[in-house]
Amino acid sequence: MADQTVQGAGIQIKNLYKIFGQRGSTYVEAVKNGMTKTELNEKHHHVLGLRDINIDMPAGGIQVVMGLSGSGKSTLIRHINRLIDPTAGEVIIDGTDVCQMNESDLRQFRRHKTAMVFQKFALLPHRTVLDNTVYGLEIQGLSREKQEEQARRWIERVGLKGFEDNYPNQLSGGMQQRVGLARALTNDAPILLMDEAFSALDPLIRMDMQTVLLDLQKEIKKTIVFITHDLDEALRLGDRIAILRDGEVVQQGTGQDIVLQPADEYISSFVKEVNRGRVIMVDTIATKTGVPADVGKVTVTSGTTLEEAAKTMTDANQQYATVIDENGKSLGVLTMNNLIQAMVTPISHLTAAAE
Amino acid sequence: MDWFYSFPNMNDETLRNLKKAMDEGFKAFTREYGDIIESFFQPLQYFLIQAERFMTGTPWPIMVLLIAGIAWIASRNWKIVAGTVVTLLLIGYFDMWSDAMKTIAMIFVGTVVSIVVGIPIGIIMARSDGFQRIVNPILDVMQTMPSFVYLIPVVMLLGIGKVPGLIAVVIYAIPPMIRLTNLGIRLVDKDVLEAADAFGSSSWQRLKNVQIPLALPTIMAGINQTIMMALAMVVIASMIGVQGLGQPVLRSVNGQFFSLGLFNGLAIVGIAIIFDRVSQAYGKRLQKHQEVVHG
Repeated sequence: MADQTVQGAGIQIKNLYKIFGQRGSTYVEAVKNGMTKTELNEKHHHVLGLRDINIDMPAGGIQVVMGLSGSGKSTLIRHINRLIDPTAGEVIIDGTDVCQMNESDLRQFRRHKTAMVFQKFALLPHRTVLDNTVYGLEIQGLSREKQEEQARRWIERVGLKGFEDNYPNQLSGGMQQRVGLARALTNDAPILLMDEAFSALDPLIRMDMQTVLLDLQKEIKKTIVFITHDLDEALRLGDRIAILRDGEVVQQGTGQDIVLQPADEYISSFVKEVNRGRVIMVDTIATKTGVPADVGKVTVTSGTTLEEAAKTMTDANQQYATVIDENGKSLGVLTMNNLIQAMVTPISHLTAAAE
Repeated sequence: MDWFYSFPNMNDETLRNLKKAMDEGFKAFTREYGDIIESFFQPLQYFLIQAERFMTGTPWPIMVLLIAGIAWIASRNWKIVAGTVVTLLLIGYFDMWSDAMKTIAMIFVGTVVSIVVGIPIGIIMARSDGFQRIVNPILDVMQTMPSFVYLIPVVMLLGIGKVPGLIAVVIYAIPPMIRLTNLGIRLVDKDVLEAADAFGSSSWQRLKNVQIPLALPTIMAGINQTIMMALAMVVIASMIGVQGLGQPVLRSVNGQFFSLGLFNGLAIVGIAIIFDRVSQAYGKRLQKHQEVVHG
């Protein structure tokens, strides 16, 4: 690994297929040759879960997989720790194909390389918060002292100090998911799998948990795979986003890529509703021509979102701003006009292609 | 048209021979293996005799205190403890103390055997659909076959006495233990099991940390049912020489002694209620964590 602070391990998913049904593997060839999901279901009564998934998840980043229900996103995340066996394909982590592991290797892999957070929390109702949090370490066979030391640290870190001896049923949904998160983090695995982890929470708590996760990630730098059906959540959390539909990846890239260049009608219909000001960065719309370089009296750094830039500019009562990189070098000029235009125009996939 | 009005049955000669062959076959089996089977059940007999000796040998005030203490530890409820003590004192006052103790010893051993044998069978059943398909009909037979019918081969093999009585009690009382263990484990939340898998639990860790604890309320209901069924068997078991409250009931049926039957019958009811309330209260205490304090 080049970057020493990155603790995660990269995940490569290659040509992954999943066909549900008794004789799934017999239809892989047919599906590869273009049989559709409907045809497979009607003629052979098998359900196509995933078709030819190829995603390269870099170590230490948050990879969001987004899709509506039935798109196969939960199936996909379960292939990473092989809670579901693939019909064909490879999931490569640290140079090993998870799909080829035998049972005891797989168990060791799950104990030490991955930790998972679930949509419905999946806490043990008969155990206290502390006893739930130590679960992963207990399974690994660590001494109780070490288990507790780790667990207490993470319980405090997710904001549950003082609740160690409560039972899950005595906590609200948001607090229960904090336990879920603490349990996963206590495991200290390089890969964190989050299956719609915040979907069951109400909007304010969800925002809160997203902030907790982003704050934590700055320090833990794990490879996080985050499943969601909510594009806003995906854009807020994801370093990279893959959008899934009917078991296929329809687009992958950064949040900005997806908002600016939606690959098809399906994605542009999602993107329409997005708060673009929070996704698009000033670099994208800064112009180098037509405006004199010295008009910008305020400066914004590269990577700032449009919304933040607009606030800086209105606070300073300026129509222009200079975009600079980390070294203070000018990258171009931002005009209020361009800024507002970029924030309001919904770009469909057709106009994006025409540009 | 004769066949239409009277069922064309097997001819008498063949049927008689068939029954004779079966009876003789079983008798031969008894002669051949009876001793081995009896020695196989020797530890059970030892366990039974020890339990009975303890229950009847201990002075009654200590016994009352002991049972009341167990009731308190299990239920943490003064009303249940008071009810237990009053029932026991009444049983003693009506001169049924020693019979009642013999019955409780029998129930205790029967329940322990049912738990020790039943829970593992229930666990295997929950893990294998194939095994469940085999065991379920056997349990159906055990529960519906009139108990007198399986008393016959048991008596032929082991003679009259405590052990055959115990076996009859266990056959009758074990099905709810097995069924509810199976059910409890099958009903464990799939999400929680998935979480246990995701953290790399081995199948023993899964069983110990998740399945058994979450199935425990259902398993406790099974234990409760097993105790009740065992008590119901006490009277029938007395027909093959099991001592206790069943014996006087049997005598009262034969001799039409209404009051004798009533007193002993009520004593059985009293013991049943004690066991039921105490075991249920214990089961409920195990689920304390399920109480929702926070909305």
